[in-house]
Amino acid sequence: MPKVEKIFSKPKGLQDAPTHYCSGCGHGTIHRLVAEAVDELGIRERIIGIAPVGCAVLAYDYWNFDVTEAAHGRPPAVATGIKRVRPDNIVFTYQGDGDLAAIGTAEIVHAANRGENITVIFVNNGTYGMTGGQMAPTTLIGQKTATSILGRDLVRDGYPLKISEMLAVLDGVKYLERTAVHTPADVLKTKRAIKKAFKNQIEKKGFSMVEVLSMCPTYTGRSINGSIKWIKERVSKDYPLGVLKDATK
Amino acid sequence: MKKQKSKKVHLMTGNEAVGEAAVRAGCGLYAGYPITPQNELTAFMSKRMTEKGRAFIQSESELAAISMVFGASVAGVRTMTSSSSPGISLKQEGISYLAGCKLPAVIVNVMRGGPGLGNIAPSQADYFQATKGGGHGDYRMIVLAPSSAQESMDFTISSFDLADKYRMPVMVLTDGMLGQMMEPVRLPVMQQPSSANQKPWALTGAKGRNPRFIKSLFLKPGELEGFNKLLQRTYKEIEKKEVRYEALGCSRAELIVVAYGSASRIARASVKDLRKNKKHIGLFRPITLWPFPEKVLKRLTKKAKKVLVVEMSSGQMLEDVRLAVGDDSKISFYGRMGGGIPAKEEIDKEILKCLR
Repeated sequence: MPKVEKIFSKPKGLQDAPTHYCSGCGHGTIHRLVAEAVDELGIRERIIGIAPVGCAVLAYDYWNFDVTEAAHGRPPAVATGIKRVRPDNIVFTYQGDGDLAAIGTAEIVHAANRGENITVIFVNNGTYGMTGGQMAPTTLIGQKTATSILGRDLVRDGYPLKISEMLAVLDGVKYLERTAVHTPADVLKTKRAIKKAFKNQIEKKGFSMVEVLSMCPTYTGRSINGSIKWIKERVSKDYPLGVLKDATK
Repeated sequence: MKKQKSKKVHLMTGNEAVGEAAVRAGCGLYAGYPITPQNELTAFMSKRMTEKGRAFIQSESELAAISMVFGASVAGVRTMTSSSSPGISLKQEGISYLAGCKLPAVIVNVMRGGPGLGNIAPSQADYFQATKGGGHGDYRMIVLAPSSAQESMDFTISSFDLADKYRMPVMVLTDGMLGQMMEPVRLPVMQQPSSANQKPWALTGAKGRNPRFIKSLFLKPGELEGFNKLLQRTYKEIEKKEVRYEALGCSRAELIVVAYGSASRIARASVKDLRKNKKHIGLFRPITLWPFPEKVLKRLTKKAKKVLVVEMSSGQMLEDVRLAVGDDSKISFYGRMGGGIPAKEEIDKEILKCLR
């Protein structure tokens, strides 16, 4: 008999639940990467997650650990409240671009600037998926959305917000990396970044954030392959991948 | 049995009394943003919470403050925020979420004149906001209205207990006068945050148990209505059990003066003074503004010929009094607005006018 070894299974950090996400959406992958990192670091029984308002509002239907909701944009303030009274728990927010870079700009800037020892997973798909594909702060110039039907117009709508670049200059930020999930290699890089962001918190190194460029085929009006191409050829050019800051060494 | 209060008397402002009460109730996290006339409270907490090794955060905004309080409450810790009128408007988002997630928290409103930026003088113009919603959705908040520094302290302790008991936000509604006036206060016993309460719903990390989720989102058909019914059952229970008021000489009164908080202090002086002249006047002071002491007020005002409502607003509690009394022809109103404080003589005059 050949030796049989199980090398791939559902992480303990995930529940057994059918997905509500659209085909080709990056959230499912990123949820799984969070769960894998949680498993590998052995923190499932001490982690507390904060779900945003947006497509990932139902994150608690997928993760198999404690999760709370928060008002739109407020996860970093909620995380601050939890972490300050339970410093031994691992606390993270999972936020979209509308949540983190529009309505919750003040909360993320100040949580980062206070150097809260929390982890932020920032999923940037360039649109408001939950509400029907409106223009996000991160929407690219010329990108068509429900509220920029002729494309984002520089004069009317301003520039795409590079919130990670803004945050990287703050002294309170210890680790900030931008990754993507459109190719297997990028998925692996994202996993490493998420794991590092959690590890930093475990080691009390301070505020860590991973921005993940993600696909939204439904509201970018593209096929799954077209969305992958969009991230590769357009989004990652405006939002370059890589480590924006690492002050943990 | 342990004595509930020390014999020693301390001189402190109403704002400080609220703060000391929170510390003694085992508050584990306080978050606040500067706004007059409640600044003494935030400053006091920055000192006392730090001394006690507990969490104090000066937040970037009122929204963040109430969200930090939301977080501490999620984690099962007693928690409080405070502000004054314009700041409380900003906190309404968080208050609605606390109600929707069934989370206990104490919110202090040291009221000032409005609307808008208004002024920084004492006012009672946030009665509607405090008792009729304020934030979105079908929810209620217990509202306690102290009228002295001692009550500011005692009611703050009660607020933490009530918030935990019913898993909901509770408001202590004071004003710039009560907050900044110094009075002697006896201190209650000190409680530790850890012993405050064991909360079987709190998020602590899913160690040796199933994960817990805290949410106010109910998307399945009928699910949200079911949750709303559950909230309403709790509110009905509170209406039955938690009504508080003070009635002074109301049973045989010809005229009953109804006032709460600062206005009741001035009304009390008028009532006491005029009773010396053998006038049959009573004072009715709601302590819980929600649940409003509707039934008892209805009963007490049945025999009275007149009811005079005195407020530092255009007549907000007046609406609840009218509902309770059920006979508008009996009711008179005297109010001062925009930070105006009625003088005793003004109330004397209104009382005598009613008795003519």
